[in-house]
Amino acid sequence: MEIPYTISTRPDTGLWNAKIGIWLFLASEVMLFGGLFSAYVFLRLDAQPGEWPHGLLNVPVGTMNTAILIMSSVTVVLAWAALKMRRYGAYWWYMLATIMCGIIFLFVKLYYEWPQKFEHYGIFIKPAALEKYEQYLGNNRRSEKGIEPRIEISGHLHNPEALKDANIKEYEIGLDPVYVDPNNPANDRPHFLYVPPTDHVAKIEKEDVERIDSFGPWHSAYFASYFTITGLHGAHVLAGVLVFIYMWLPVSKKLYQRNPEHLANRVEVSGLFWHFVDLVWIFVFPLFYLL
Amino acid sequence: MNNPPDVAQDPKEYEEYAHGVQKHVRGYLMVGALLLTFTAVTVALSYVDFGALFSRIFRVNLSPAQGGKANITVALLVAMFKAGLVAAVFMHLAAEKRLIYRVLIFTGFFVFALFWLTYLAWYNPIVR
Amino acid sequence: MDASTSLETHHDAHAHAGEHEHHELGWWRKYIFSTDHKVIGIQYGLCGLVFLFFGFCLMMIMRWQLAYPGQALPVVGKWLPYFFGANTMPDGKMTPEFYNSLGAMHGTIMIFLGVVPVAFAAFGNFVVPLQIGAPDMTFPKVNAASFWAFGVGGVIMLTSFFVPGGAAKGGWTSYTPLSDISDKGPGFHPFLNGQTLWLLGFIFLITSSLLGAVNFITTIIQLRAKGLTWMRLPFFVWAQFVTAFLLLLAFPPLEAAIVMQLMDRTAATSFFLPAGMIVNGAPLHISGGGSPLLWQHLFWFLGHPEVYVLILPAFGIVAEILANNSRKPLWGYKSLVFSVLVIGFLSFIVWAHHMWLTGMGSTVSAFFQTTTLLISIPSVIILSAFFISLWGGSIRFNVPMLWATAFLPMFGIGGLTGIPLAFNSADLYLHDTYYIIAHFHYIVAPGTIFGLFAGIYYWFPKATGRTMNEFWGKVHFWPSLICMNVIFLPMFLQGMLGMHRRWYDGGQGWTLSGEHIWGLTGFQWNTPISWAAWIMGLAQIPFIINFFWSIKHGKKVNDNPWEATTLEWTAPSPPPHGNFVTTPVAYRGPYEYSLPGREKDFTMQNEPVEPAERSRRVAEPALVH
Repeated sequence: MEIPYTISTRPDTGLWNAKIGIWLFLASEVMLFGGLFSAYVFLRLDAQPGEWPHGLLNVPVGTMNTAILIMSSVTVVLAWAALKMRRYGAYWWYMLATIMCGIIFLFVKLYYEWPQKFEHYGIFIKPAALEKYEQYLGNNRRSEKGIEPRIEISGHLHNPEALKDANIKEYEIGLDPVYVDPNNPANDRPHFLYVPPTDHVAKIEKEDVERIDSFGPWHSAYFASYFTITGLHGAHVLAGVLVFIYMWLPVSKKLYQRNPEHLANRVEVSGLFWHFVDLVWIFVFPLFYLL
Repeated sequence: MNNPPDVAQDPKEYEEYAHGVQKHVRGYLMVGALLLTFTAVTVALSYVDFGALFSRIFRVNLSPAQGGKANITVALLVAMFKAGLVAAVFMHLAAEKRLIYRVLIFTGFFVFALFWLTYLAWYNPIVR
Repeated sequence: MDASTSLETHHDAHAHAGEHEHHELGWWRKYIFSTDHKVIGIQYGLCGLVFLFFGFCLMMIMRWQLAYPGQALPVVGKWLPYFFGANTMPDGKMTPEFYNSLGAMHGTIMIFLGVVPVAFAAFGNFVVPLQIGAPDMTFPKVNAASFWAFGVGGVIMLTSFFVPGGAAKGGWTSYTPLSDISDKGPGFHPFLNGQTLWLLGFIFLITSSLLGAVNFITTIIQLRAKGLTWMRLPFFVWAQFVTAFLLLLAFPPLEAAIVMQLMDRTAATSFFLPAGMIVNGAPLHISGGGSPLLWQHLFWFLGHPEVYVLILPAFGIVAEILANNSRKPLWGYKSLVFSVLVIGFLSFIVWAHHMWLTGMGSTVSAFFQTTTLLISIPSVIILSAFFISLWGGSIRFNVPMLWATAFLPMFGIGGLTGIPLAFNSADLYLHDTYYIIAHFHYIVAPGTIFGLFAGIYYWFPKATGRTMNEFWGKVHFWPSLICMNVIFLPMFLQGMLGMHRRWYDGGQGWTLSGEHIWGLTGFQWNTPISWAAWIMGLAQIPFIINFFWSIKHGKKVNDNPWEATTLEWTAPSPPPHGNFVTTPVAYRGPYEYSLPGREKDFTMQNEPVEPAERSRRVAEPALVH
């Protein structure tokens, strides 16, 4: 006995097997990312004033990546429609476009966005010493206006050897623009556009420093969730790209010639997965980049 | 578009069907454009201080923290709209079989429970 | 794996006898890397049973430490260090670290490598497609992938015993921040340490369960035989259907939590670590800002549905066997189905009753107490329906039936003793005592595991074409039943005296309080409990021998030895690849026993309804249902 309803639909459900399978799988994915996002919400609610960083990510690049993913979602659905109309040539090109979009997305993430973070440092000042660095933090004005205080000074670390060497008593840090002009109302709300650290170097004594960390996952609950969620999302993108490459290779042509509907179904199923990955990113983007 | 006719057996019916697909393609392109637009919109809106804006419009005095919440709400509303478009059009949820709706309704409920009850437990401790 | 070999050789002979249109697969493809649901089911079953016994052995070692704390374990104690490492039991005396490892791994192995694979994956794989008249699962390759993911997860879990420092020590719940910081530092490998391997192994086990769940649900929806409508499904299929949904939707949040804990341990994040942690007198260099409670929420979001993952398949098995051996339709089939659906639904919104001690406010507590009590209603409906099913039946007390009937009171005790725990005021006292241990073991040990034994004895003829020996089955049953109760009943009393479940010395110091139950202090009760555990270990030997012996030498039987009604008994025993000789069609409900006016006292689902019968059905509805 063959397994029925692999390509044709079962009359009472109106669905073929893999369609149900992928939706069930996506349901579990909803729960997976739901768990991660609920952790994000929980940790953000739990954060002390000033503890949750804002505006540390590169918004133009993030916007570009969002657009790339959206375009790949369009191309994959066009690829599927092309198969439905039995135009393999068009399908091939749309699929190639989708794959390229996925690869560009991953490339930007892995070779541009992530490595940048590890070279950027944040110095958390001890509560007692906050007053001492008022010129960089502007907390007096912030408390007057009821804005949560700044407790961290970030930028490019000019003397990374200070991290190891106990004889060096202070960190020299090329400040991010916010800390050069802390009382400018334009900096009250998180700065969005990515701007490189300024030439203004601040010296911060080690005894005033509670903790210094690069913008890696160890920096804060914010970056921990950023790296975990974008990492897991990236793994999904990679999986999608690999599946698409398989469906784009010459083997797909053979399947197409044997049973075009079978290939169309496969593309639909993997396309559903791809759209879901896109959908997750639609939430990741504002939650991490904009808010 | 879930039950395509068998091409080999029924070419004529298939022609009509392909024509239908062509119509859908226009829809997909439009939704894609809409999604790109709203990506730009959400970035633009994040520059707006909704706390100050609402304070002026509704003549209330929102604190910066409340203003931040207003911005979060707006950004999430845009995100939900975009996600809704992807789900409804690209994932064909606008016209899907009842079975899949049922599965997703339950999933949605449980995700909601996860968020809401975890939040509730955080919000309502004996001591904080 | 010898077992599967000998089992399959027999299988092989049968397959050759039947007609074959498929090309022959090689031995490896056919019996090891198979995609046939029956082979995968048997693989799951054998591996799961081995893990169950292994997990039980861990507990038998712990029971020595509890009964005779600080004394050298005779005989076994000498060679255990060779197996688990020199630091575990120097001179046969157990170290506290090893005790913690054993406790954590006992729970993990029993639940995730023992009961779930046997109850859900093995029985589900083997029985469900047969019961719904399907040729196989919808996604056979995914099914095989599920099994091998389980295999990898199991191997990783076992490997963790042999890395420096030993297996995970944080309990099966791996509460943070303890498990974030344990197994770290000097003497531990940064990645190959007990807790990190536990997390890695878990990711594979979750993957396995998810793949299995997707497959089960799709199979039940899509591959039901013609005429097998939802309300004609055997109750076992319903139970597996709901179980699959629980696994599908409850596991992913735990997977998220496990990824986060893995990040905490390997990428220095602080998801579950608050600021200002001091470990071994030195402050940790962490960012802080995490929440230990977050882990508990995500863990118990799985943890509670998991309880129902353990018990629902057993409900299903017991239902089949009760109906079959009381020769009566299952009483209240529809209410059983709806109860199991309601349980599945409610099980997602009760989880925080595991967290009464974390200081939740009255609003949240009220919510979770209410849902927790609500969920006892469908459970009681199911148990009552099972009891009523026995009423007026002509009961055959064969071995499967013995296990199934024993299940009822055992599950009843476990369930009823859970009700006090639903109230946070009572739970504050009983939390983390032996009362809890007794409560949930009554559900999973003499509950679920008795159900599993019942199922093994019941479906063994379908898998092999032979029955297991009745006499040795009874020799297995009675000591097991008695020992189970000697083990777990006194634990309720110990718990109510206030004995903590994680005491390494069995509560030796706590005897000073001087309270006695029937002449023994709480600590002294450990001795009879431990002896009962060891005797129960011996009582499993008849089962093991009986199981393997019967594969080749058991009594040969026909395709339907129990005279049952469901579709799996219409297939040949053992079923060939593709299962059924003719495509089955269902014409009636699953439990048409003792239908009036019929020659036989059972009517199989694939027997068409005769015109005469139809008129009788209208005339005498009460007798039919």
